[in-house]
Amino acid sequence: MAWKTIDRTQSAIPPDAAPLLSDAVKQKIRSFVERYETARAAMLPALHVVQDTLGHLSPQAQKEIAEVLGLHPSEVFDAVGFYSHFWTKPRGRKVIVVCRSLSCSLLGGEQVLEAFKEHLGIDEHQTTADGEYSLMTEECLGQCEDAPCVLIGEKKHCHVRPEDVPRILADPNNDKVDVARSDLYDGVTPDAQPGGAREG
Amino acid sequence: MGEPFEPVLLRNAGVADSRSIHTYRARGGYKALRKALEMGPEAIIAEVREANLRGRGGAGFPAGVKWGFLPPDRKVTYLCVNADEAEPCTFNNRVLIEQDPHQLIEGMLIAGLATRTTTAYVYLRVEYHEPFHILQKAVDEAYAAGLLGRNILGSDFSMECIIHRGAGAYVCGEETGLIESIEGKRGWPRIKPPFPAISGLFGKPTVVNNVETLCCLPHIIERGAEWFGSIGTPGSAGPKLYCVSGHVKRPGCYEAPLGLAVRELIEDEQFAQGMRDGRRIKAVNPGGFSVGWLTADELDMKMDFDDPRDYGLLGLGTAAIVVMDDQTDMREVLLNVTRFFAHESCGQCTQCREGTEWMYKVASRLAAGAGRSEDLDLLAEITQTMGMMPGLSICGLSDGAAYAVRSIATKFRAEFKEHIRRQTPGRAEQVMRQTNPALYDRAMGRQTQSAG
Repeated sequence: MAWKTIDRTQSAIPPDAAPLLSDAVKQKIRSFVERYETARAAMLPALHVVQDTLGHLSPQAQKEIAEVLGLHPSEVFDAVGFYSHFWTKPRGRKVIVVCRSLSCSLLGGEQVLEAFKEHLGIDEHQTTADGEYSLMTEECLGQCEDAPCVLIGEKKHCHVRPEDVPRILADPNNDKVDVARSDLYDGVTPDAQPGGAREG
Repeated sequence: MGEPFEPVLLRNAGVADSRSIHTYRARGGYKALRKALEMGPEAIIAEVREANLRGRGGAGFPAGVKWGFLPPDRKVTYLCVNADEAEPCTFNNRVLIEQDPHQLIEGMLIAGLATRTTTAYVYLRVEYHEPFHILQKAVDEAYAAGLLGRNILGSDFSMECIIHRGAGAYVCGEETGLIESIEGKRGWPRIKPPFPAISGLFGKPTVVNNVETLCCLPHIIERGAEWFGSIGTPGSAGPKLYCVSGHVKRPGCYEAPLGLAVRELIEDEQFAQGMRDGRRIKAVNPGGFSVGWLTADELDMKMDFDDPRDYGLLGLGTAAIVVMDDQTDMREVLLNVTRFFAHESCGQCTQCREGTEWMYKVASRLAAGAGRSEDLDLLAEITQTMGMMPGLSICGLSDGAAYAVRSIATKFRAEFKEHIRRQTPGRAEQVMRQTNPALYDRAMGRQTQSAG
């Protein structure tokens, strides 16, 4: 239903808006261009980096990405609207994705989703008032042998039962992986604050 | 089943520090690459053809033949590694990358050598965060060791390797959708021909191979086509990773020869060890949603490239087996499946865009206890329109959706009928008129009644 994801309610970009992309971010986007034959092919890496830096892809951010890559803004808009991983409105610092595919669903995935809703006090596609968590569902996460599973940020939580939810939410590192990370697709924060938002 | 199968693709899985280049080399890794460099492209292609290595991504097309379509006078060739792995309940690529990333890199290098690839792009789905970090580290190690980049191991073969992360779209696992996505566009599959071998990524000759297919290559080169052909059955050679999940005692990714019976994979002690809580099997989805469903009476089906067709299935698919027990409500299964396809249809072809949505609506009312006896015939009719005729759609998503829904609706028809019979009389009409009166009347093929 990708063609339905275009959000027509967004406000126009204010003419006097300050630029969103720092020089460091623009530099990182340009560094991807040499990996491909065309500048347009750096689109997905650019969108990942900017979304990770700013938290979401506002119309203004999309326009600035188009300028860096030498594209028309509609070309960026076109790609953003197609992929479910890109969002145009702010989300929580951590995004919780509950798998709703068949194996997880057979083994109680829906009850896990309900438990998250109850503990966070939000519905699917909503963000908590403190801006900490957004709750989403997705088709298969590819961890079916450990069903039901939940993805928070980069971290997969396996064999989740509804009663595990408070423990998972209480863990400050519930979105971090245990392996050596590559920062290739990470955002750029020059004045990085400890515990800044990670890609989700 | 007798002797346990000696693992090939998973031979390093579970070994301490299996992801590092040192472990991989200490266990004989990158020897096949040296041998392949001595053999040269022609001999590699001949060996892979003789081994009859058929693509593990779902379509089962012979890899050596696919490489043979590349135009001989090309200057640039791209290799796209399909690690999108979005077929529901499939996770063998993830296991291969997590457990043994260098095996994939060696496979890519051998495929690259055979096809004179200049750059290899690994299209990795975005949900795979850990696999991304693991594979990126392995690629960095390979560059540092002179196994990627210019003049690999002192030869005149050079190949770059770039990991390209996806952004959450099932259709990007289709080879031309994947190519469009790398090019920075929406992942809309292209009309073929031209096939990617002639005009693929950036309009250049391109090969798209699945992760598991590539992982077979080092073993074929090292141990020979004859050895590879001795595993499995004549038409379906080699080892295969089977992903078993659902209501079984021991879900997991198991390596075994192609051609095992579904029952064996579910019940054998080496594999899933039977059903949980002493339940009985009701239904099995043996290869990803798109291939279709089996009933409990059809578990003798062989997991190879040919046998599934005799059971009304699309093919082997990804060999991901989901087992559903006797307490499973097939209406919920149908709802899950139709929702998936309605969500993932890219929207280019009318019958797929509209058909998947219709099927989801029908499944929703069946699950809500508002089904009608005509609904099962309506589902059959939609699947007939959507993709029983090859070539009707740009890609295979429409056919996959049709096979899945048709097999559920026909093989479990009695159960659906029984559910409908037990519904409160008049419930269907009541619910549907409340939600969408216009759609209801049109879907029934009736004259719209004047309001009264």
